[in-house]
Amino acid sequence: MALSDEDVREILRIIDESELDELRIETEGFSLHVRRGGGAETMPSPAAPSMPVAPSTPAEPSPSTAQVSAPASPATPPPDDHDGKVTIESPMLGTFYRAEGPNQDPFVEIGTRVEPDTTVCIIEVMKMMNSVPAGVAGTIVEICHENAKLVEYGEPIFRVEPAG
Amino acid sequence: MTTGPGGTISRVLIANRGEIALRIVRACRELGLESVVCCSDVDRDGLAARSADRAVCIGPGPATQSYLREDLVVQAALGTGCDAIHPGYGFLSESPRLAVLADDNGLVFVGPAANVMELAGDKLQARAEAARAGLPVLPGSGVQSAPEAREVADRIGYPVLVKAAGGGGGRGIKLVHDAEELSVLLGLARSEAGAAFGDERVYIERYIAAARHIEVQIAADEHGSFIHLGERDCSVQRRYQKVVEEAPAPSLAQATRDELRAAAVQFAEAIGYRNLGTVEFVLDAANQDFYFLEMNCRIQVEHPVTEAVTGCDLVAEQLRIAGGDALRVSQSQVRLAGHAVECRLTAEDARNGFAPSPGRISHFSIPAVPGLRVDTHCEDGAVVPPYYDSLLAKLIGHGPDRAAAIEILVEALEGTSIQGVSTNRDLLCRVLAHPDFAAGAVTTGWLEDALPELQKAVA
Repeated sequence: MALSDEDVREILRIIDESELDELRIETEGFSLHVRRGGGAETMPSPAAPSMPVAPSTPAEPSPSTAQVSAPASPATPPPDDHDGKVTIESPMLGTFYRAEGPNQDPFVEIGTRVEPDTTVCIIEVMKMMNSVPAGVAGTIVEICHENAKLVEYGEPIFRVEPAG
Repeated sequence: MTTGPGGTISRVLIANRGEIALRIVRACRELGLESVVCCSDVDRDGLAARSADRAVCIGPGPATQSYLREDLVVQAALGTGCDAIHPGYGFLSESPRLAVLADDNGLVFVGPAANVMELAGDKLQARAEAARAGLPVLPGSGVQSAPEAREVADRIGYPVLVKAAGGGGGRGIKLVHDAEELSVLLGLARSEAGAAFGDERVYIERYIAAARHIEVQIAADEHGSFIHLGERDCSVQRRYQKVVEEAPAPSLAQATRDELRAAAVQFAEAIGYRNLGTVEFVLDAANQDFYFLEMNCRIQVEHPVTEAVTGCDLVAEQLRIAGGDALRVSQSQVRLAGHAVECRLTAEDARNGFAPSPGRISHFSIPAVPGLRVDTHCEDGAVVPPYYDSLLAKLIGHGPDRAAAIEILVEALEGTSIQGVSTNRDLLCRVLAHPDFAAGAVTTGWLEDALPELQKAVA
């Protein structure tokens, strides 16, 4: 299938007017893959809760009954504050848990040394437990959010004095 | 805390953005309900987020990571102590999955039941259901293969429309003129449908060359009452997207009007519909025959024209019904007064192929004109993000008759000043001033056909 300039423009127009972030078209002898924005995003795979949920005000995490997903990576490198501290922002909306279970020790306290892959908290979205890595090496100097409360996307959850 | 409709709803999560989120905040306030708007991070500082009692940021700009995430929306509702979710239009407004998830978590979904949305969302199934309920449907059928498609198209006669079973709202439609074009476009239509709706099924329908788009607003409560609130004409469209809408539909025989309204109620009853909804029809301009098109299970963008002529607050009505209240009016109490016309002001560059024109609005003003209603989330300094549709404002003129309503809009548009982004303002002015539009009853192809002339006038 020969593609003219006009065809390409038409395809781009269709994508432009649609709500698609990404389009794959495959027909005989022809394959097209277009992605909006050119970023590293792929088609969304929303965390699919498959079990019945949940008290309306979850007071305690119950990871034993929950699905555990892969660690959530911070969307962007942690922002560097003016005072040299680094703020870890919540990578998603959900319930903020400082420990793996109700009777367990928090992942980190003020003064805890962390590496970029150290888990600092869990954020629960509809029974999906997402562990959040620090994303930076250093020492926790502030805990910005209350345990078991709703945290919004992008809200500060910890501040870190970077190592070195 | 106040107790709202039916005593069951007191705080509403609004899972939407822009003018409709603001509109729902207003309805909540009217009913004494608290409102929480969930927003993406680019909408954090927007008017809707600022106007609500609380705003919750659920994710980054791209809708697939925020406004289209059922799990985040329900989590936000639970985390903020809401007892109901209003989905607005677009995004998750017709997501059975959100309705189920809300229900499983003890939240009221403001809309019909999930199984009804599923039925209506499957355009093939809805067609079959409409035919069973005795409504006229266009000749056509679902097609599994290319030979079958050719057979169906031959039987109906070209040109035909290829439509996505999972589509709707003007999306996933292709006009096909002959067999050769069909063989090319069928595969494309299927892949596009698969990518856009997660459903590759398509169907073929007869194409009516001179068609009008007429839709009927219906309302149904949990106590078995069904009413209609008149019809709207939304025939001024570009690429199947509505540009100007009005109520009531102009130039329609009273008998046809009555039949359309009755057919809409009949369909809603047949599928056990609840809450507000819209039954869409295509009307053959040549003979005023009409056919069932689809049912939309949400508040429509163009709902204000119906509000204007009925005096009914449709969004408040949705919340009341969801809360278990009975309809407050019977069919005989529904009275239409005057004529209302709405136009959609969008951030699009009409001179550049209607390319979206995101950016920061440095100046935004629409004059106050008697009889004018403006639904907008825009203001000086507001940002039009690149992620969403380009609607800036809806202008609604309501007058004693159609000419008066149009006059109000023309005056408003002429005094409108928006800087920082390109808009379709000039085009709207030309459409409203065009003798064809003034005469009433343009067809859905009119705007596309008149565009070159209108564009020339603009330039």
